This record gives sequence, structure tokens and C-alpha cells, in this order.
Amino acid sequence: MAALSEVLVEPPVGVEPTTVDLSTADVRALNGALHAPRVAETSPRWRVLHPDGRHSIAVGLDAEVEVEVDGHVGYYCAGMNKAATVTINGNAGVGVAENMMSGTVRVRGNASQSAAATAHGGLLVVEGSAAARCGISMKGVDIVVGGDVGHMSAFMGQAGRLVVCGDAGDALGDSLYEARIYVQGSVKSLGADCVEKEMRAEHLAELAQLLTAAGMDADPAAFARFGSGRSLYNFHVDNASAY
Amino acid sequence: MNPGPRSPALPPDPTLRESATFDRRTIAEIQRAAETGIYDIRGGGAKRKVPHFDDLLFLGASMSRYPLEGYRERCDTDVVLGARNATFPLHLSTPVTVAGMSFGALSGRAKEALGRGASEVNTSTTTGDGGMTPEERGQSKHLVYQYLPSRYGMNPDDLRRADAIEVVLGQGAKPGGGGMLLGQKITERVAGMRTLPMGVDQRSASRHPDWTGPDDLEIKIRELREITDWEKPIYVKIGATRTYYDVKLAAKAGADVIVLDGMQGGTAATQDVFIEHVGIPTLAALPQAVQALQEEGLHRHVQLVVSGGIRNGADLAKCMALGADAVAIGTAALIALGDNAPGLDAEYRALGSAAGFYDDWQAGRDPAGITTQDDELASRLDPVQGGRRLANFIRVMTMEAQVIARACGKAHLHHLEPEDLVALTIEAAAMARVPLAGTSWIPGQGL
Ligand SMILES: Cc1cc2nc3c(=O)[nH]c(=O)nc-3n(C[C@H](O)[C@H](O)[C@H](O)COP(=O)(O)O)c2cc1C
Repeated sequence: MAALSEVLVEPPVGVEPTTVDLSTADVRALNGALHAPRVAETSPRWRVLHPDGRHSIAVGLDAEVEVEVDGHVGYYCAGMNKAATVTINGNAGVGVAENMMSGTVRVRGNASQSAAATAHGGLLVVEGSAAARCGISMKGVDIVVGGDVGHMSAFMGQAGRLVVCGDAGDALGDSLYEARIYVQGSVKSLGADCVEKEMRAEHLAELAQLLTAAGMDADPAAFARFGSGRSLYNFHVDNASAY
Repeated sequence: MNPGPRSPALPPDPTLRESATFDRRTIAEIQRAAETGIYDIRGGGAKRKVPHFDDLLFLGASMSRYPLEGYRERCDTDVVLGARNATFPLHLSTPVTVAGMSFGALSGRAKEALGRGASEVNTSTTTGDGGMTPEERGQSKHLVYQYLPSRYGMNPDDLRRADAIEVVLGQGAKPGGGGMLLGQKITERVAGMRTLPMGVDQRSASRHPDWTGPDDLEIKIRELREITDWEKPIYVKIGATRTYYDVKLAAKAGADVIVLDGMQGGTAATQDVFIEHVGIPTLAALPQAVQALQEEGLHRHVQLVVSGGIRNGADLAKCMALGADAVAIGTAALIALGDNAPGLDAEYRALGSAAGFYDDWQAGRDPAGITTQDDELASRLDPVQGGRRLANFIRVMTMEAQVIARACGKAHLHHLEPEDLVALTIEAAAMARVPLAGTSWIPGQGL
């Protein structure tokens, strides 16, 4: 693995970001440096140049660092993130922030499929749109999408909240467990056992909080709420066609 | 839903003729289905007879081969798993490893017992569809952490705590199927670890949520390496079906170790129709996997761990001879802990089964306290004693394989080779690609 000094464009000065240029350094060296013990103290801010669609950028972070990526990233950027704040000034490939535990990941552009798949916590903000399976098997994460989400979003969602400021594609919330979904625009179709639910005061309040946290300017009252009908929780022969 | 043992009794009147097509078991199953409206779910592996390692024999030393002296001459059993890319591969003293079995399917104490037993003989255990428990991590010296489609309890801390990572594509008992854990086993602790409501019939995903196909798998493996700083071996587990292609693709995707699970492989809960009718026998799959690795120049560089119906040292030795680097045991490990013990016969009978037949591992009422989440039942298993029994069993398996290897003149289990084997049946000869005993004929390979 390349030493930290080899991947730096310029040495860290005060709170100036540590800059890594991926046109010369490799992703392995970048991640190794981001995993260094006490990284939050020694280099709390990072800037990544020329990501050029590379995969696995800034994965497995476990410290309160801020990473800004200037450009488009490939698969799994910020995968399994803990504590860190990762901002992508571009589009993200498959599985951005997959299995995130905590922290914040913000995509300024669009996100490909399976954004925040299986994520347990933290906040993913996609300012553009997210493709299919956004929030698939989500387990506690909060996801706020400024635009639309593709089909099968929140499939098997177990916990957490998905907020869609635009429209949702087919089979939203299929086989949903306890995740909650808020959609402002239209929903093409609901998946198996996903039902529209009443928007009560506590839902308006949590939605307002999520929109604020994500920096989205939208009126909570314009959203509809969806959740699990809980009719598939235990096998029943009359539901056989839904399995 | 165990129909229990059937008496093999002759029909009451010798003029009565039982149909081979509609035999009594088949009739009973139609009646049961008509009654309940649900398929039969059970634990264990395929019960039908399929060509297996019993259909192979070793030739032993002869005029042209010298045997090694038992006890005096060395026959090593150690194996290194995952040295292809990982900084810290696993160094095990025996090639018998413990297969992935979930906390949820098994009690915390059973997981602890597996960890204790495996560590005593310096081999590995594997987590399962339900995350890593402190019981197992605490006791298991070498712990393989499964990365499954459900990702229940998956978190980067456990990933970093693990000694290896196993990306699960499938299981021999149910290639193409996801996990299943019935509501009675989704207790508060299990539900918490899986982020599920208590008491649901959990059906976990059969496809990974963020990748499909070999090209994505390569990227996924790379991500797991990046997260863990390239320290840990990455395994890929496949259920035996299109084994030749799957092994090639997994090896090309960068797997350090391939775990190949044949159709006899156990499960905690799967539809009987799935267990019995999907997948191919372990014996048929193993030579395909070895061929695939050899053609890629990766045999012995990417290790092959074989499971599915491995019961004794002879099975182990035969797997080694056919080109495996190690084996994994599931069902046999549970039996070693005390599953299906004769002393529990009365209790098994009260559940409609009998010692030697019990397979309702999905039901959570296991009198042996292994496949349960009921605290009272689970407390019946002493993890220390259970661990000792498992360690004994693995020692016996290893010694049995050494007996055979020495008789074949081999100073290491890995020196066993297909040339040491013959087959008893044409089917086994064709599958294992070794000659039918007493001939030089390997079906499918000309004369
Ligand atoms: C009780 C039980 C639970 C299992 N749980 C898992 C699991 O969570 N993940 C997995 O990949 N395989 C699981 N398996 C399959 C085993 O890892 C292994 O492939 C199989 O048991 C090997 O075959 P054998 O039982 O004939 O030794 C389970 C098997 C059993 C018996």
C-alpha cells in the first residue's frame, strides 16, 4: 500500500483539506489513508479529485471526517460508512452508501440503483433522482431524494425512512416490513403489502425534520405516507399468490 | 411437519401391491398438503439416495506404491485458506471446518459450543444469516463472517472483527433460495439482531440487493477488501448447480476461497420440495469445480472447501483426493453436539418424530436445545461439553483420513489424488471421473 505521503497532492495545513488526486493515486491508498488511526484528529477534511467513476471510494470510514469528492463515482462510494460526512459533487454509481451505519452521504447529482441498500443508519441525500431499488432492504437509514426513485424502491425495507420529493416508480415498498415511505409526487404502483397510510401529526413532524436535515425546500403536507399492510408477516394460505 | 419414521412393514396382506409411483409416503404427503394448504418445511438435507462418497473406494498401497507407517511416519493435515490476496490467511490444523449456521436457526449456546469445539482443534467456524454473536466471536479462534443477501446484522465493525468474509450466493440445500426463519424462532434477541418485528415468518432475500452477476461480484469483492484493508480472505459460497461455470466466474471475480455446497447439505428451514429437487450431489459437483480451477491455473491457489453430506474421515479423504483443500460440516457438527441423541427418543416421539429422524429444526422445539431460541430448551446444551464432543468428532474425522492417506503412501492429506480412487457404480465413476473398480473405464472419457 502506498504511504500517505505518496498520495497527497499537498500536505495538510491547518483545516485545509488533505487532497488526493485519483488520477495519480489509487483507491486502495486513499482508503488506507482514510482508515488510519486518529485520522479525524490529524486530517479531518479530505478532498478527492478525478474520481472518474472509480469504485469503492471512501468505503469503510469509521471517523468523523469530511470527504468531498469532485466528480462522478462508481459503485459503492461511502459503503458501510460510519460517522463520516461524504459529499459527491457528481453522480454516484450502484450502491452508494450501501449498508451505511451512521454519518451523512450527499450526492449532488443522481444516484444509480440500490442507493443505501441495507443501510442501518445515517442520512443519505440524493439531490437529483435515484434509480431502481433505492433503499432496498433498508434497516434504519434515512434517505431523502430530491427527484424521483425507480421501481422496487424500499423493497423489503425493514426500518428507517425514505422520502421522495418527486415520483416513485413501480412496486414501491414491495414486501415492506417497518420502514416508512413519504412521497410528494405520484406513485406508479405499490408493491405487495405496501399500503397508503394516514399522515398524522407525528408523521408531518418527522418528515419536516428529515426535509430540513436534507436541506430540501418542500411542504410536508404535500406528501403521502406509505407503510406495510403487515398482512404477509405470517404465512397464510389465502395469500399464497403474493409469496 | 415431520411425518416421522414409517414402519418399513410389509403390507398386511401379501396380495396387496404398493405402487412404486404412489407409495405410502407419497400418498401421505398428498393427504397432508390437501389438509393444510402449505408445503412441508423442514431442516436437514436431501434424504433421497444419490451417488455419494460411499460409492468410491481407495486403492491403498501396493507393489507400486509404498504405504507410510501409522503413528511413526508423518501425515500432515494443516491447510492455509485465502493466501491469494489476504494479508492474514487462515492457518488451520485440520481441513475440517464448521459450516455457516445462523444464530436464529441455532441458539447462542450452540454457536458458542461450535466455537469452542472448533478452536480446540484449531479450525474455523462460520456465522450465518443473522449476524455475529459475542458467544461465537468470543470462542471461535478463526471466525468466517457470512455476507448474505439479507445482510441481517451486517456491520463494518463485525466485518473488521472477522477473520474471513464469506459472500454467500447459495446453499446446496436450496440453490436459488433465500433464507427462512419461522415466527416461533424470531424472539426479541433474534428480531433485534435482524431489525425485524418479533414473531414474523421471516423470508430473506435470495438475491443480493446491490449486485448481480460476476462483473458486479468482482466489484463487490473489491469493496469488501477495501473496507477491511485487504487483510481478510474473501470466500464465495455457492450451491452446487452449474458448478463448472460458477466456480470459474467466482475465481475470476477474485475469490480467495470457494465454498461448494452439494444438494445433501443441511439447512435450518427450507421447503422439502426445494431440498429434494434442486441442485446436484456433492460428488457430482466437486470434480467440476476442480476442473474449473485447474483450467484457470488456480487450483490450490484458490482453495476449495466442500460441504454437503460430509460425515466421516473417509468422506474427508475422498474430497481431498478429488482435489478439495478442506471440507465444511453442518449436520454432522450438530449431531456431534447432541442432535438426534438416542436418550431423547421419548421427547422426539412426543413431537411426532424419533431419535435418528428428527428434522424439524425450523420449529424451535428441539429437545436437544440446539435449533431453538427457547431459553429453557437452549439451557439443556452445555457449551463446554458440546464443544468437547465436536472437537472429539473432528479429531476422529481427521485421524480417519490420515489412516487412509498413510495407507495410500501420502505424507499430507492434500497429496491424495484421483488416482487413489475407484468407483463402485457407473454413476459414481462418471461423476467422480475415476475408473469403475476393477476396470480402467471412466464413463464419458472413452476406453
Ligand atoms: C441449522 C443449519 C443452519 C444453516 N444456516 C446457514 C446459513 O445461515 N448460511 C449458509 O450459508 N448456510 C447455512 N446452512 C448450510 C451450511 O452452511 C452447510 O452448507 C451445510 O450444512 C453443509 O452440509 P451438511 O449439513 O451435510 O454438513 C445451515 C445448515 C444448517 C444445518
